[in-house]
Amino acid sequence: MFTDVLTIISKEWKEMFMARGSLRSGLFSMLIMVGLLGIFMPLQNGRDWLNNPLLILIWSWVPVLITLSMVTDSIAGERERHTLETLLASRLPEAAILLGKIGAAVFYAWGIMLASLLLGAVTINLAFPASPAFYDLQVFGGVLVFSLLTSWLFSSIGVLVSLHSKTARQAYQKMSVVFLLLWFIPMLVIQFLPQEIKAGLSARLMTLDLNAALTLGLVILLTADAALLLVCLNRFQRRHLIGL
Amino acid sequence: MNSTVIQTQQLTRDFGSLRAVDHLTLEVTGGQIFGLLGPNGAGKTTTIRLLLGLLPPTSGQVRVLGMDPLQQGEAVRSRCGALLEHAGLYERLNAEDNLDFYARIWRMDAPARKKRIQQLLEGLGLWERRKETVAEWSRGMKQKLAIARVLLHRPQLIFLDEPTAGLDVPTAAALREDLLRLVAQEGATIFLTTHNLSEAEKLCAQVAVIRQGQLLALGSPQELRARAGRPRLQIFGRGLDDHVLASLSHQPGVNGVQRFNDHLEIDLKEPTDTSALIKLLVEQGVHIEEVRKSSVSLEEAFLSMLEENHVH
Repeated sequence: MFTDVLTIISKEWKEMFMARGSLRSGLFSMLIMVGLLGIFMPLQNGRDWLNNPLLILIWSWVPVLITLSMVTDSIAGERERHTLETLLASRLPEAAILLGKIGAAVFYAWGIMLASLLLGAVTINLAFPASPAFYDLQVFGGVLVFSLLTSWLFSSIGVLVSLHSKTARQAYQKMSVVFLLLWFIPMLVIQFLPQEIKAGLSARLMTLDLNAALTLGLVILLTADAALLLVCLNRFQRRHLIGL
Repeated sequence: MNSTVIQTQQLTRDFGSLRAVDHLTLEVTGGQIFGLLGPNGAGKTTTIRLLLGLLPPTSGQVRVLGMDPLQQGEAVRSRCGALLEHAGLYERLNAEDNLDFYARIWRMDAPARKKRIQQLLEGLGLWERRKETVAEWSRGMKQKLAIARVLLHRPQLIFLDEPTAGLDVPTAAALREDLLRLVAQEGATIFLTTHNLSEAEKLCAQVAVIRQGQLLALGSPQELRARAGRPRLQIFGRGLDDHVLASLSHQPGVNGVQRFNDHLEIDLKEPTDTSALIKLLVEQGVHIEEVRKSSVSLEEAFLSMLEENHVH
């Protein structure tokens, strides 16, 4: 099963990198993303990038956005391009196909987040030389775990939306609305809050019992991820996927 | 391999109020090409999906390679290859990557994968173009690649759903030749659906005709032809007038006579010695230029079966 999941992940990544016609353009779009989060944004924010957890939390939506297009393309798109039925006619268990598709999106987005955070730390230390600095380790770990679980959550929602959409475009449009409601609008509101409220929020975040807050957040996300994954596994069955 | 590889008993599949497969009972012997013929919407694709365990039947039983495709789906599909309605190729990837992905799915190790991919692509004349993105290829080349994908893991049983549909005549003929050659090499059983009757006649040892999910006939193409129509005699020449027509129609063994522009067509009751009829024509002063004996083509047999079924 594990080998099967890895086989699907590697195919999904190959397809994604080749989506713009060549491997070079696929890699270029990935580098743009890493450059935005790992160089441009840290340069804009200075050493605050390392010290203010709210900043990296706000920008962690970018990699999550990638999962939306990847999952919708790999399920609704594959069905639209008539390759899903051939895949289902192979020996692969449905769970391996599903986990491979979700895994490809999640680990790609998460990998970008990790690479961007590390590159961000290097950028800050090079562009604003002072004593060497890094993120608060608890914040760094928390953001990574949070990013992983959020990507997983949106991927699972993406699977369910894709199963109920005729085309990849339709699925992506629906997912964009979900994303706007659940993620982008709240983050945008935070971004445009008056400076004193933002400072207060940031201070409260810093004085929060981070352990308790993170644990609670993780438990909620984990529960939601597990529940959605079970629903996806139940829906992603040959008998549901093949129609008339 | 001459044992039964596919067996269905009263197999039925409904989609809401639509019955796609209707009490289909079939038996396919191994080592041959079996053709499932029927017009569009006859239930051919649904039958393949049921045989592969992609859909559960509404009622009835299916055994494929001695197993239940629904309960033992993975085991059945591991021994089968399928080219479904669409080629199912990843068009963003190149030919080699497409085959490599499926070879990994079939758990072939790296040297075996490499060797088999090269063997199949060379056999189909695609090796030189293996690094090209499939999207750039013609439909015929894509079908060939899809067939290579089907044969990768040397399946015992191969399902081909309309493999030459949409191809031009020369490409379809070339693909049929490739198919026959590869199948002879691999020794697999093929379950082929088509509405191309000449294709079925050329490739299949046994055919089944279905319409609206119901089995209309089962047998070899020759048997089906014989069942559907009697032999005919065509006479080309001069002096084929009403008088000749009348005297021919009263002869024993003659079912009916029809006059066309340049010839007479005599429907015979059974394959019979026609020398007496020729002699009669000569005696009546007919100048015979050509005599043709013909039997019903599979296409005519097929149409007559559909018509008969429609009338009933």
